[in-house]
Formats: sequence, C-alpha cells, structure tokens
Amino acid sequence: MLKETDIVIIGGGPGGLASAFSAGREKLRILIIERGEELGGILQQCIHPGFGLLYFKEELTGPEYAERWIKEVEKINNIEIWKKTMVLELYPDKKLIAVNDKGLWEIRPKAVILAMGCRERTHGNLAIPGTRPAGIFTAGTAQRLVNMEGYLPGEKILILGSGDIGLIMARRLKLEGAEVVGVVEKLSFPGGLTRNLVQCLEDFNIPLFLSHTVVEIKGRERLEGVYIAPVDSYGNPIISNKRFIQCDTLLLSVGLIPENELSEIAEIPIDNKTLGPFVDQFLMTEREGFFACGNVLLVNDLVDYVSFQGLIAGECAVKYIKGVIKRERKIPININGNLRLVVPQFISYPIILPEITFYFRVSEPKYNSVLHLKSGNKIIKTWKYPIVKPAEMIVLKINSSVFEETDNITFSMEEK
Amino acid sequence: MTLLKKLTCIICPLGCNLEINEDKGELKILGNKCERGIKYALEEIKNPKRIVTTTVRIKGGIYPVIPVKTSLPIPKDYIFPLLEKLSEIEISAPIPIEYKVLENIFNLGIDVVTTRSMHKKED
Repeated sequence: MLKETDIVIIGGGPGGLASAFSAGREKLRILIIERGEELGGILQQCIHPGFGLLYFKEELTGPEYAERWIKEVEKINNIEIWKKTMVLELYPDKKLIAVNDKGLWEIRPKAVILAMGCRERTHGNLAIPGTRPAGIFTAGTAQRLVNMEGYLPGEKILILGSGDIGLIMARRLKLEGAEVVGVVEKLSFPGGLTRNLVQCLEDFNIPLFLSHTVVEIKGRERLEGVYIAPVDSYGNPIISNKRFIQCDTLLLSVGLIPENELSEIAEIPIDNKTLGPFVDQFLMTEREGFFACGNVLLVNDLVDYVSFQGLIAGECAVKYIKGVIKRERKIPININGNLRLVVPQFISYPIILPEITFYFRVSEPKYNSVLHLKSGNKIIKTWKYPIVKPAEMIVLKINSSVFEETDNITFSMEEK
Repeated sequence: MTLLKKLTCIICPLGCNLEINEDKGELKILGNKCERGIKYALEEIKNPKRIVTTTVRIKGGIYPVIPVKTSLPIPKDYIFPLLEKLSEIEISAPIPIEYKVLENIFNLGIDVVTTRSMHKKED
C-alpha cells in the first residue's frame, strides 16, 4: 500500500511528540510511526519524579510528562498517529517501508524526522566470563517489568554500572522489598546525576563500589552470585583481589546506544562520539531532508533537552519543505581540551535561526574550568564552570550573530 | 563536636560533601561552599521529605499495575508504612490521571494520585 505525506516522524517518544507538536502547527500532513502500543516511549516506565523542571517549570514523573505531550499532539488534526507499526527500511530518497496489522506500507514523505531513541548496552556487549544463568537483566528491562508489567525480577540484587537508570532501579527495587546489595562502577567516579546518587543510594544506605567491576558470573539455572574485583588505573581488574557477592539478580546499567540502524540504511553519516547523525543547527543530518532529535541524536540526561530538540527538528523540517533552508556552505564545529562531544557538529549558512543551542559532554570530571569559544585563535566568548562532570551535559544557547563572520569555530574546555 | 551525619548537597552540580555536627546542643554544618548548603543540610536532618513514586494494582487495564505518587513530599519515615498500605490496594480501569488512590495519608493532608490514565484492555 502506498502512503503519501509531508513529514514522517519515526518514533512516538518525547522527541517524536515534540517534533510533531512543532511541525503540526503549520498545516502540513504529519505522520508519527510508533512501534509500541502507546505513545510516550521510555517515559511510560520512568515512574519516578524529576522530569519537566526546565520545560514545564515543575517536577513531573515520566508518565505525566508523556501524557501532557500526548494530549497536545492528539489535539492537532493534521497529525496522524500509527501505533504498533514498525519501520523496516529507510532509503536515501526518503522512501520508507513499514509494517503493521494492515500490511506492508510504502511511505513517501517530503521530510523525515529520526526520533528512534536509544537502547541499552547488554550483557552480550560486555563479555563477562562465567556461566549464563537466568537473573541477568538490563536495568531498563527490569524497570519495565517492575513498573509496567508488575513483576519483581529478583530478591537480592547487584547493579553493575552507576548510570541513572541503575541508580533509580536500586531505589525502586528497595521500595518493592528486594535487597539491593550494591552498585558496582568501573570508573573512579559515578555515572549518574548527583541527585540520583543521594536520593537513590544514600537515602537507603546502598553501597557504591567505585573502581570495581564484575569479573565472573556464578550459577547454573539461576544466578547465585558474582565475583567483583577492583580495577587498576588502566581499568584492568586486579583478579587476585576478587571477592564473591551473593545475589540472585544482576542488573546492567552500562550505557545507552542511539538506535541508528535505520539511519545507516539511509546512508546518513554517524558521528563516532555521539553515535548519532552529524547535524547542523537545524538538526538536519548531512543528508538533506532528514532531521534527528532526542536520544537517537545523542544520549541526553534530561528529557527536557529531548523535547527542545524535537521542537527545533519539527520547526526546521517545515522550513525545509517550504524551501527556507538553503545550506549554501557549511563549517565544522571543532572541540578541544576536556570536551568529548558536541551537537550540532556543523553550522550551515545562511544560519536563519536567531540562536543556536549547543550540547556538550566532557571527558573527565574537573573543577574550575573555562569554556572558550574561539574564532581562529581569537577568543570571542568565555563561560566559567566551578565543576564539570561527564554525567552532566553542558547546554549553551548562543546568539547566531557570533557565527556570522567566521569560518573557523572552536570550543575549548580548559582548566583555569 | 560530634558528627551526626554525612551527606552530599544536591542544590547545585558542585555536590558539596556536607557534615552535620552537634556542638554543645547546636547544629553545625561543615563542607558547604555556600549558604544554600546550610539550609539543605538542616532540612535533611530535621525533617527530610521525599516524593514517593510506586505502582498499585489495577484490574482490567492494559497493564496489571498503574504508577502513582504522593501529591507532595512526605517525611522519609512514612515511606515504608505508605508502601505497606498501597500494597493492599487494587483499583479498576478505566482510571484518569490524578485519580486519588488514597486521601490524606497519615493525616498529612497529602494524597496518593495516579500519574497516568489507563483505559480498559480490549479483549
């Protein structure tokens, strides 16, 4: 079956909803394709508070944040929503192949917004020695089991990785009556937000083992326990110091990977730092007419950032269809010093937008840093940071006029 | 001076390591880099409060449980007693968002409300 439309949004989570909302204000035909049974994406299983402080200026839970956006999007007549629909192929000419209970669809849009989100790094990605018993889950799978399906995945739980989902699950499982024996983190600093370390671990006296990792898994049918060992300064485990921790469940909270398989089929270039597409200030990828927002673009720490990106992607997809975006030339955004990644990775001219929002992550935690914006060797602007942490993104809104008369832009994070 | 509690300040990203000490009947905060740390530490020792989020059972919904939260933060000591109460509750779909599952818990003037709507499961 053939379907023609103006904008296809792949994914009905917070990124897809925000982009539909902003694109839908213009009278174009919008189609959201969602593979799950309902809109909202991962928010539906994130029942803890802490969402929306930037966007709504109040603290909401994940499902509340989702429901507000869903209500807004459902009000807009020119937005069509296909749930339980899976996009199988995405081609460089923007043709999509999707499947649902009505059959196989060929969809021809004028612009595509990538909003597929991310998935968790799994046990298989880690290759821990030992047996392969039941009782090993990613933290997000456990979160869905507990918060939506109503199951408790185990009674005595160890968490590997101190990412936010792991910390939040430590508290959640404790509240559900499980024993949480600890959180093990390979790095010398925690992966999650300070707020979560305090309210999820310190509140419940759950120990955090920094510079440790799981070196062996024990158990035949069900997990019986794991060996953990300290790691040296190169991250290699010191096996002679290993010790046994009894547990029936191991949760993995060891990172998220943007889900860009479709982007790759469409031959969209991917940044090996963000693992998402290279984009300009319009959040348009290097391939014309394809936009990206949310965790498929880069893994965000706050859903509010995802929504902000969705709004830009939606607005710019409309501008693209109307022929407002020209992209006559482009320059890369260079990063230096303690910066690990930046989005957008390049600027297209004419800039058109009054301001550009930049997202950065640092490589290492550092006190007293300065971030310089340089044109060539000349410092144009400087921001001061008493502390920077890899777990907490740096977000800067910069007036576009700064970028008008330069062809060499570098952001550099340096120690004062 | 006796150390009562160590905690990490969460007011800003600095995350100061605070120490709450008692000195001749008075509370003394150490380790804070600004005034807000003192306020946070005093609240945390005198009356620490948290929003509690969990789930309750729901009959006939698209999922067997529905998420709920306390409408305001409650004193930490009430967290586990509240969870006990909620474990006995079962509601029925359809349910709107902000539906009061429990009212005025422990006479605190605080309710437990649903944080999503849930329609009936279609057979």
